[in-house]
Formats: sequence, structure tokens, C-alpha cells
Amino acid sequence: MSGNATQNLLHGAILVAGIAAPFLFPNYSFQLALLWIMILFALTWDILGGQMGYNSLGNILFFGAGMYACTVVQIGLYYDVGAYTSAFGAVKVDFTPDQYFTGLFLGIAVAALLSMVLAVLFGWIVFGLRGPYFAIGTLGVAIAAGELISAWEWVGAGGGISLPTYPGEPDARANFFYFLCMASAVATFAFLKWLYSTRFKLAINAIRDDEEKAEAMGIHTTRYKTVAWTIAAFFLGISGALFGNMTGFIEPLEVAFPTVTFGIFMVLMVLLGGKGTLWGPVLGAALFHLIKEVTWTHLLGWQWVALGLLIIVNVVYFQQGILGWARDRWPELFGIRVEDRQAKAGVGQAEAAE
Amino acid sequence: MLDNLAVLSIAPVFNIQLLLDGLFIGAIFALAAYGLALVWGVMNVKNLAQGDYVIMGGYIAYSLGQIGVHPILGLPVAFVGMFAFGWIVYVLIIRRVIERDLFTSLLATFGIAIVVQQVLNQIYGPEVRTADAGLEVRTIIGGQVTVADIRIVSFVLAAALAASLILFMKRSRMGQAIRATAQDARAAKIMGIDTDRVYAFTYALNAAICGAAGVLISMIWVIQPFFGITHSIRSFVIVTAAGFGNLPGVIMAGLGLGLAEQYSGFVLGAEFQQATVVGLLVLVLVIRQIQQGRQRQVVQ
Repeated sequence: MSGNATQNLLHGAILVAGIAAPFLFPNYSFQLALLWIMILFALTWDILGGQMGYNSLGNILFFGAGMYACTVVQIGLYYDVGAYTSAFGAVKVDFTPDQYFTGLFLGIAVAALLSMVLAVLFGWIVFGLRGPYFAIGTLGVAIAAGELISAWEWVGAGGGISLPTYPGEPDARANFFYFLCMASAVATFAFLKWLYSTRFKLAINAIRDDEEKAEAMGIHTTRYKTVAWTIAAFFLGISGALFGNMTGFIEPLEVAFPTVTFGIFMVLMVLLGGKGTLWGPVLGAALFHLIKEVTWTHLLGWQWVALGLLIIVNVVYFQQGILGWARDRWPELFGIRVEDRQAKAGVGQAEAAE
Repeated sequence: MLDNLAVLSIAPVFNIQLLLDGLFIGAIFALAAYGLALVWGVMNVKNLAQGDYVIMGGYIAYSLGQIGVHPILGLPVAFVGMFAFGWIVYVLIIRRVIERDLFTSLLATFGIAIVVQQVLNQIYGPEVRTADAGLEVRTIIGGQVTVADIRIVSFVLAAALAASLILFMKRSRMGQAIRATAQDARAAKIMGIDTDRVYAFTYALNAAICGAAGVLISMIWVIQPFFGITHSIRSFVIVTAAGFGNLPGVIMAGLGLGLAEQYSGFVLGAEFQQATVVGLLVLVLVIRQIQQGRQRQVVQ
């Protein structure tokens, strides 16, 4: 019972801090909004990578797809998309507040739905692949998506598209998108917290532990895998739609399908925090984002080298992550009885996910 | 796109140009892919830094060219230098991930890839470079097909390197030890083979092969710090299509990939080159999956 009270307190404190943050630090609201997106990234990556044992390097595909889907809807509702992109800069287009918000929310919905459809389609291609083939296959799909968008004139090709301007003050805009990002990350967390309390979690954990046996036990593995990916795609699509509108300008390689930045951050944040847990990705994302924002600009171009080194050190020497390490160090805190060695792995994960 | 196809049918001589270019470049792809097949087959490490080792080799030749050394002389330098580099990477990183799950080695080598490309970017900048070999360009078939002498030289060098590798693997003590370890590491250990040394040697040899391939690439094509990932994907396409331990298959797949890229570059446009490589990767994986699905059906 006291554990529950502590947990509620923690949730409450985070929510209050989240709501207060943009008013306390108005200059950093973009970075703070990005923090929620990073948390969303890490949580959705962990559905497959941590809980199901399928390490995707291409989840960023849905981020980019959502971004482009939302943009096309926002513009396409009122203008000809092809004309808008080719007249980039020459024609000044205005969106009334009504048009803007209708377009935005409809765009977010379409982004989420399209990402889910893509997840089902690509799931058919990649879920027959196991282990490293899966990782390379998903990486390939994400890179290919960026390349194809770069060659697609209708959506602005490599030149990108600028999004409709927000009808209102810059401060109001920053807060508006901050709270949308926070809401989507909190929704992701709440949904996964519920999802991990159902049989679904047991099924995907079984797939992680031994896929053949899981199949033999009657788990329809392909269906579970596709559903898990679709869930990740849903939230990633929304995050992409929001991020596109936050930056105000999107282009395929650096913003929409950044395989080696955001795409690899997802993996790194989860590994840092501890994969296969609910709080690990949140912790890892917060820590990584904080370190990155504080140190990045001081490293003068060597930050990417530092990123690569961080990946290597994390993967080679510290793969269990912070929560995994803490669980080994203080098992009692995670509700693990030390003498019961057999139960350690299974119960530990269930408890940590609570 | 259709215009370009029409050009090919009206002027078949263009086909010869594309065929030759495809073979020249494909031979080098096959070389790098053979290194990957070696590492993959012997130590089960999927080296995502493969392409970045290629680019590193290219920059060694380029740097030597800057100080007045002919890039062909860069070949042995890159081979030895990359061998040493590969050995160091093995001791520091790869040794610790060999026994771990497959994703660990993939991610660790991805980290290496990022470090290598970013360090190169810091040193040389993001400009596209080429190492000038200073050889002639000759035209054949009435001036319609151009062949740079350096391409012929590099093709011969690639073939010679491949031949000596095969000979090394078949005849030398170390080659035999590598093959024995690939077949059964435990049995090899019992027979008195120092498998850790074999792994180190294999990984270093792979880096050396990549370095040599990179020197050839830098002479006949272009290098840039971030081109590594495409070369890595090329190697994966080739090895996945051919399967490892299948040297003729690797060579054929390498040449085939070179041809496919030249043709798609001509027909679709140069901007589709990377998309073609990645598209082929997805295609190869899907075909593999269908094959495996059929096998599983048989078992059921």
C-alpha cells in the first residue's frame, strides 16, 4: 500500500513539475517539449526492444511518416500541395485560426492512423526477420523512406516544406506545443502502464524469451508482434506531427528521418535507463536529454564523436542500464526476495514495470 | 526515366559503358563484402562499421596523395594501418561483445561507425574527395565508351588481392585455423587453436581488406566521411544475398550489385543511388524470408 502511495506521489510530482516547467523556464520551452518527445521515443522503442526482444533501428520511420502526413493534411485541406511546395517562398499563404487548428488536429489524427497502417504493412515485411536481420532490415526501411521522400517533388523533395504559421503570439505557440507534447508522452506512459498489466505483456515477453516455444504454446506471434509495432507507430506518428509543427520547417533527411540522431537516441536512452522496464526509458531519456542539452554546445563539433563513444561504452560495459544496475544492487527495493534466485529475473521485471 | 531507357535501346553502346563501370566498381564491393562474410562467418559479429573502414582506407590514400605519394602506394600502407587499427578495436571492444547477444555487436559496431565517420568529418570536413592517380583515360569503340586506366588497374589489384586472400585462407596455418574456428570454435580450441588470437586476426584482416578496398574506391570514385553507411549496407546486401562461406556467390553478388547501381543510376537518376542499395537490401531480406517461411512450412 505504501508503495502505491509513493508511486502516486511520484506521478503527481512529475505532472506538477511538467505543468509548471514552461512557466518557470519560458526560454527553454522548446527543449522541455523535446524532453517529452524523447521520453515518448524511449517508451515506444522499449515496447519492441525491451519487452519483445526485437531491436528495431528504424522506428524513426513512423516519426517521419507522421510528420509528412500531418503536414500534407494541414496544407492540403486548403491549398494544392504541389503548388504550395513548388511556390515555396514566392507565395505567402495565410491560414485563419480556424483553418489552422482544424488542419492541425485532423493532421495529427491522420498521422497516427497512417503510421499504424505503415506498421502493419512493413510488419509483414520485417517480422519474418530475426535478430540482427530485423535490426538491419528496419534500418534499411527507414533510410529508404528518407531517400524516397527526398526525390518526391510533390512534398517538396529534398528542399522540404515550411509549415503553416501558428496564429498567435510566439509564447502562446511554445506553450501550446509544449502541452501537446507533454500530453502525448503522458498518454503513452499511461497506456503502456495499463498495457503492461495485461496478458499482452506476458505474450510479448514470451516472444522475447523464446519465440519458438511461445508459438508452440499457442501464442499467435506474428499478430502480437504486429500489434506491438502498431502501438509504437501510433504514438510515434503523433510525435512526428507535433515535432514538425514545432520546428516550422521540415525536410526529409535531417528533420523527418534522422536515422543516426533521433533514431539512435531512442535505443541509447532505453539502454541507458534499463530496457524492459517502464521507468527505465523515462529515466534514460530524461538523463540523456539533460546531459546532451548541457554539454552539446561546449563540445564544438566533437559531440557526435562523444555520442558514438557513449553508445560503445553503454553497450559494451553497462548494458543493463541504470534501473537494471539498481535492481541488481538493491533487489529488495524492487520487491525481490534475495534468497529466491529463480524468481529474480521474472518477478524483478514485473515489479520494476509497476 | 523512360527517355533514359529509350537511350539504352537506341544506343546499345551505352550498355557497354554501364557494364564496364558496374564490373569495375562491383569488384571492389565484393572485396569489402568478403571481409564482412569472414567476420560474420567466423566470429558471428555483424560489423556495421564495415563501410567506415572502407572510407578510412580511402582517406589514407587521399592523405598520402596530398603529401605527394602515389595513391597506389597507399594500398599497402592502408592494408597494414587498418590491420593494426582493426586489432586495437578488437582488443578494446569486439572481444567483449563476441559472446553476447547479436544486437550487442551490431550496436557496438554502429557506435564505432559513428565515431569513425565523425572523426573523419572533423579532420577532413564534409567535402567529397578523390585521390588522383594521374593515369590516362582512354576511349574505345569509336570514342563512345571511356575507360580510365586507373579503373583497369584497380580491377586487377582487387582480383589479385582476392586471389591472394583465397590462397591465404586455403594454404597458410592461420588461414586453416580461421576456417577451423569458423566450423566449430569449441573443437578448434580443444585442438590447441588460440581462438582469441584467431578472432583478433580475423577482425584485423577484415579491417585491412576494407582499407585496401577503400584505397581503390578513392582512386576510381569519391569518398566522403558519411558515405560509409552506404558501403556497409552494400556489404550486407551482398553477404545476405550470397550467404557466407560462399566466395563465388559473394563475387557474383558484388558484381551484380555494381551493375544494378550503374543501371539504376542511369535510368532513374543519380539521386536514387542510395535508395537503390537500400531497396535491394529490403528485397533480398524479403526473398530470404519467403525462403525461410517455406522451410518452416516443410518442418510443420
